Amino acid sequence: MASDEYEFGGAVPTEAESHSWKMEKGVSGDFIFKGVTVLFAFSILAILLLMVVEMARVSLPAIEKYGWRFVIGREWDAVQGNFGALAYIWGSVVSSVLALLLATPLSVGTALFITEIAPKKVGGVIASLVELLAAIPSVIYGLWGVLVMAPWLQRTIEPFLNDHLGFLPFFQGAPYGVSMLAAVFILMIMVVPIITSITKEVLLTVPRSQKEAAIALGATRWEMIRMAVLPYGKSGILGAVILGLGRAVGETMAVTMVIGNTPQISLSLLAPAYTMPSVIANEFAEATSQLHTSALMEIGLILLAVTLLINALAQLLLWSVTRKRKGGGRP
Amino acid sequence: MTHLTRRKAKNAGMILLLAFAALTVLVPLVLIFVHIVRMGGSAVNLDFFTRIPSPPGEAGGGMANGMAGSALLIGLASLLGIPVGIFGAVYLSEYGGSRISTVIRFAADVLAGVPSIITGMVAYALLVVPMKGFSALAGALALALIMIPIVLRTTEEQLKLVPTSLREASLALGVPLWRTTLRVTLRSALAGVLTGILLAIARIAGETAPLLFTALGNQFWSGRLTQPIAAMPLQIFNFAISPYDDWHRLAWAGALVLVTVMFGLSLAARFFGRARQQ
Repeated sequence: MASDEYEFGGAVPTEAESHSWKMEKGVSGDFIFKGVTVLFAFSILAILLLMVVEMARVSLPAIEKYGWRFVIGREWDAVQGNFGALAYIWGSVVSSVLALLLATPLSVGTALFITEIAPKKVGGVIASLVELLAAIPSVIYGLWGVLVMAPWLQRTIEPFLNDHLGFLPFFQGAPYGVSMLAAVFILMIMVVPIITSITKEVLLTVPRSQKEAAIALGATRWEMIRMAVLPYGKSGILGAVILGLGRAVGETMAVTMVIGNTPQISLSLLAPAYTMPSVIANEFAEATSQLHTSALMEIGLILLAVTLLINALAQLLLWSVTRKRKGGGRP
Repeated sequence: MTHLTRRKAKNAGMILLLAFAALTVLVPLVLIFVHIVRMGGSAVNLDFFTRIPSPPGEAGGGMANGMAGSALLIGLASLLGIPVGIFGAVYLSEYGGSRISTVIRFAADVLAGVPSIITGMVAYALLVVPMKGFSALAGALALALIMIPIVLRTTEEQLKLVPTSLREASLALGVPLWRTTLRVTLRSALAGVLTGILLAIARIAGETAPLLFTALGNQFWSGRLTQPIAAMPLQIFNFAISPYDDWHRLAWAGALVLVTVMFGLSLAARFFGRARQQ
């Protein structure tokens, strides 16, 4: 800024300043300022483009060498230079989908409890506690997961599942603690706050009149939820769940710490597994060859493509809901 | 059982189920806090804030270098990320046409959902490879990429709340638009903008994945931007997966300090947020 001492509403403008409009034919402050804001705003688009281009560039050697075999190959051998990512893709898909299956009813239930059932104060307290959960960094979930939760699973839940449901392929094998099951649990704990808080925002947009209408027709509170609240909010809730899926797929640290990091495709939840972000986290800094770096970058590129798609879909669904104005409280 | 009592019973049952869901969600929160406070509380002492980690098997030591490193990384990332976020938001709310603004807004929302490890890979390709080495600078870039969409979206929301009449009053007095924006619009929204910045800082303070192959971590003190640098989240990660009890204790202490700082930041953010509303 040329004259920092100039305070709006302050001293009388000096001669030069009061005639500053004459200068606006040339390069004016407005022109420069607007230029800066344009530059920075468009840098968002540039960043997204740069991400895709840079990652595609680095992963090109692996893409050229393996083609489609990269995503269906099961072997990952950095020494021999054989790279197939199927075990990681499998681990990511299974852990995220199972975590979402567990998290969705819990989150939607909690959001409904906060907005429709609990007294306002209680709901507010629960909502802020959920926000606290969302603020805890991933690495701290991982710390708790690997030092507290996984040993606990190994002592209690996993032997129990193995004893009673061991005839199913899902619960076979020795309980290690660090396992697919541990990853599913930690992911569930981590995505619940996200889905809950967004679902809560969505439910707050349900018009009061809709709910009052249901109540006036003699509906119980649950019937009001089922007939007026859920149908109105369903696309927004779907958006929240998909956003949670995006978060679960990309979650790195906590999963890396509890999943056991073994690239295998096993139906058993008690067996260790591996995910796409985890293998990047573990191997990227120490990649042994250019092809190794390139293969890891290609996994990153797949991850980026998947999360971009998931997020775009989620945002479209959410925008369609939150664009409508706030509805207002409960009847 | 009549139809009505059945409906009422179902209602009561479902309400109980919803309450149970809410309760279940809070169980892990309580467990995690109890453990962090109990394990971390017994490990935090003066050494923790003044010394660097001791070698495995030796008791004591601290995370002083990690705290300094994290502070440096956060500072650098803010220097990069905050101006871009704020002025980008100014464009969206003060200048942009509706269509292009929607596109940028959408891009920012999508960018905010990109996994943080990806921003690390991008910073690696952009800085680590050309500079032929891991560096604090690359770590800061990765963190800045995470900050930008958060600051941009929160700032824009705040700018939209400033009444148009305020801008018009300033413009009518002959103040140029750029100065009106800086001195009137942004200043009125200052508290809200600060809230967004604090939330963004709280978010990146705990980020680990983007630092793994950019800042890399460092066992010793380092203040040079072109060298690998220690960061608290990285230390917590490395110590948590190590087999040593002493290092586990350090990790818990680190978790306690990190969580305390982050909650401090979000409390401060709330304070500013509330000041704005009044």
